[in-house]
Amino acid sequence: MRRRQQSGIVGAFDTPEEIIRAAHELRKSGYRRLEGYTPYPLLELERAIGRGRSRIGFVVFPCAIAAAAIAYLVQWWTNAVNYPLNSGGRPAHAPPAFVPATFEMAVLFSALSACVILALWSGLPALWQPIFEVPGFDRASIDKFFLAISDRDPSFDREATARRLTELGATRVELLGVHPATDAEVDERLNGKGGGES
Amino acid sequence: MATEPVFIGRPTDAELSDQLLSTAWRPWRRLGKIGFLVAILGTLSLFSGITFTVMRGIGVWGNNIPVGWAFDIINFVWWVGIGHAGTFISAVLLLFEQKWRTSINRFAEAMTLFAVLQAAMFPVLHLGRPWFAYWIFPYPATMEVWPQFKSALPWDAAAISTYFTVSLVFWYTGLIPDLAAMRDRAPTRAKRIIYGIFALGFTGASSSYRHYRVVYGLLAGLSTPLVLSVHSIVSSDFAITLVPGWHSTIFPPFFVAGAIFSGFAMVLTLVIPVRSLFRLENVITKAHLDNLAKMVLVTCWVVTYSYILEFFIAWYSGDEFEIYQFFVARPFGPWAWIFWMMIICNAVVPQIFWSKKARTNLAVLWAVSLLVNVGMWAERFVIIVMGLQRDYLPAAWGVYVPTYVDWAIFLGTMGFFLLLFLLFLRFVPFVPLAEVKELKHELSHEEGH
Repeated sequence: MRRRQQSGIVGAFDTPEEIIRAAHELRKSGYRRLEGYTPYPLLELERAIGRGRSRIGFVVFPCAIAAAAIAYLVQWWTNAVNYPLNSGGRPAHAPPAFVPATFEMAVLFSALSACVILALWSGLPALWQPIFEVPGFDRASIDKFFLAISDRDPSFDREATARRLTELGATRVELLGVHPATDAEVDERLNGKGGGES
Repeated sequence: MATEPVFIGRPTDAELSDQLLSTAWRPWRRLGKIGFLVAILGTLSLFSGITFTVMRGIGVWGNNIPVGWAFDIINFVWWVGIGHAGTFISAVLLLFEQKWRTSINRFAEAMTLFAVLQAAMFPVLHLGRPWFAYWIFPYPATMEVWPQFKSALPWDAAAISTYFTVSLVFWYTGLIPDLAAMRDRAPTRAKRIIYGIFALGFTGASSSYRHYRVVYGLLAGLSTPLVLSVHSIVSSDFAITLVPGWHSTIFPPFFVAGAIFSGFAMVLTLVIPVRSLFRLENVITKAHLDNLAKMVLVTCWVVTYSYILEFFIAWYSGDEFEIYQFFVARPFGPWAWIFWMMIICNAVVPQIFWSKKARTNLAVLWAVSLLVNVGMWAERFVIIVMGLQRDYLPAAWGVYVPTYVDWAIFLGTMGFFLLLFLLFLRFVPFVPLAEVKELKHELSHEEGH
């Protein structure tokens, strides 16, 4: 399920409105392999680059049901079958008394499975990713918005795509996945485009 | 809801990041160092108390017959309760889309984690032989003896461990984008690497965020019933017995309300000094404090209503032991002053929050929040000790007196809590940066349209 961009072109934008508009425009002109990098979640951007609803719930729900069923089975087998004890006259199989642990296990395993799947589907923990080599990307978590286009995109064309990003308001355009590249090398590859700020 | 803004000024995202992230690398002033010293002394007191207890057995506590549950269970219930407001703020208010939660939710979640950690120590120590604590989990033992799931002890184990784990996971998930921001803004290479490891290589990709949003909402949705279930289960420890004053169907909602009451008070106790120390008046505004005070007032009335109902039911049941417990033992028996302190701190003092002036006065807010914490501790004392001191057989009546070990452990947990909390403030951005930026983005949209 990993959808990381390995190589392509990245454009940096200053505002969420600009990146959302750019993503819309690129989708309209046929680009399909887009990825946004933003300091905070932007629902409109996810829609603009063509990502639907997350399907995490479809994995978490079965985990919750399985955890509840196993928890109840363990309680029933240990307390009613394998080692029945008379505790205050309660029956050996006492469903109301088994509810708390069953419920807690369902919650526990939903939470844990949700986090494990989040990590798997987001490619965590991969401490290094190609996008980190893009100059200026350290501001993607602070105040800049990056839009990446994979070179496997059917409409990808290095010069044309870079030009399009600049037209759409990208303050700088960089190559992705060509590390280690200095700013000068990037400028050269892009025919002198981008690389405005250092 | 609030007429006052939940966000003051218009800093840029970069300025906001600098303000909120710098708490983790700005040198601390003297007050912080004094705080650390106090916290370390408290922690030492706690661990000496625990070591002494484990070496000599729980005979060093004031627990006796008939009062077999005392400081350990009081502290357990009190600390678990304090944790609840954290989950309430981050989960319930998230689900209800209350914008004012944003600046204080991480803070409150951390409070939950550290409070639950204090609480979790007590049932284990209370076992007497804490090294056998694993017996309450159904592990495949060669002795083929299983836990008794019809008893409240395994319920507690399941509830507390689940509560702690889910709170931790919820807190950490919320932290990931901010840890990434820390990684990108850290001033030294060593810090960059450490925060980089904890950020798990998070890039802020839209494809991650779409899962992230769902998981965060899901965890909030899961935590909400946990708030209710954990304290209901704790209250069932009491309600399934026959001790006068304990065997009551009102206990689960009563305990939950009390827990949220004390939790909100604790959030206020912590947030007021931190807000001033770190100059966060622009993100934790008077509107936040005002709303917290209103929540204290609301939960105060739920608790007060529960008190009234307890007395009414005791009288209405016609059960002489219940009537004696509520109308003689508690208000006039040994430790009666703690009962009156409970009434004053929990039912009378918070009424000052009807006045807006009081709700926006920092000194009043802080004083009331402290008194509520004291009052809620007194309530746990009243329920546990007074019920056991005066049960059915007058020949078996007794009086409980705590020992210095009880005090060392109880006060020590406060030090340990403070230590964990100060470490949290020192190393982690305690105002959720990504969420505050998102809120700012939303607010600017609302103004624009």
